[in-house]
Amino acid sequence: MPWDLDNDRPIYLQLMERIQHDIISGVYQPGDKLPSVRDLALEAAVNPNTMQKALSELERSGLVYSQRTSGRFITDDKALLRRMKRELAEEHIQQFFDQMHHLGFSDEDTLDMITEALKGEKQ
Amino acid sequence: MRSILECQGLTKKYGDFFALSNLTLTLERGQIIGLLGPNGSGKTTLIKLANGLLIPTDGHIMINGLAPCPDTKKIVSYLPDRSFLNERMRISEILTFYSDFYDNFSMERAEKMLDALEIDRCARLRTLSKGNKEKTHLALVMSRDADLYILDEPIGGVDPAARDYILQTILTNYNENATVLISTHLIADIESILDRVIFLQNGQLALNALVDEIRTQYGKSVDALFREVFKC
Repeated sequence: MPWDLDNDRPIYLQLMERIQHDIISGVYQPGDKLPSVRDLALEAAVNPNTMQKALSELERSGLVYSQRTSGRFITDDKALLRRMKRELAEEHIQQFFDQMHHLGFSDEDTLDMITEALKGEKQ
Repeated sequence: MRSILECQGLTKKYGDFFALSNLTLTLERGQIIGLLGPNGSGKTTLIKLANGLLIPTDGHIMINGLAPCPDTKKIVSYLPDRSFLNERMRISEILTFYSDFYDNFSMERAEKMLDALEIDRCARLRTLSKGNKEKTHLALVMSRDADLYILDEPIGGVDPAARDYILQTILTNYNENATVLISTHLIADIESILDRVIFLQNGQLALNALVDEIRTQYGKSVDALFREVFKC
């Protein structure tokens, strides 16, 4: 299945986000070996050079590292993973509040509605 | 290493009509490049010049530093925009024909692709469906270990599932030092497998940029940009 990609943003960015998400959400475990560039490119149905660029960028962020001969691995740095997870969660929350502002809800209204919704879920 | 394809002041005239006009262009190795442009913009003319099927009116075109000749045809694998095989031949005969013709044809790769498509080797080409015919042609062309693959409208006549198969075939079979030049109108379908796009307009170069450069700069897909640039 080719990966779902948006039309209006650079492809390598979207590949980075997707892999980052897979790492943070545990699809790949810390220390796991990543598939080869070519296999990942085939899976995503994208250009191998674009996949290469996405992985190089992820290397710069410290999320993956490469070992000369044996390929690329997910970082073991659990603190980094926790921090990234936290950052991603904050981004989602920020986006959610932005959307609620667009709809005309204040932060308080939004919080009330969240509490309500959670109550409903528990019942 | 030399660029795989280089045009300098390339011009092709038919009477007073310029099919290509003073085109200067270099294609590097290891890229998948989309050749885009409206009908009559010169895409197929450029492709035919690269394959030595047309002679330039002016300027020149070089493949690996040589004007098109038998030596360049050895390293260029070309998929024309129409069927180029004798339709009465059986698939098995076509395979033998190809392996006779080209040193760099891999029978093993062709067999593997045709197996995946479940194409009967005894069938005559003309009995295949349109989609299977196109896939067979592509399988033959991609079974060569070429330096430059030139594919003229490889996904034109097939359904979306077959398109995915064709793109997958291209991605699987080119080696990373080879260059793939794909001409098509179906930009949205192939955008994510391209490094770079070349827009032709009235036989001239309108744009030559990386796909992600375009997306970064314009905040839109190549397909959307194309519709804007070539709006009728």
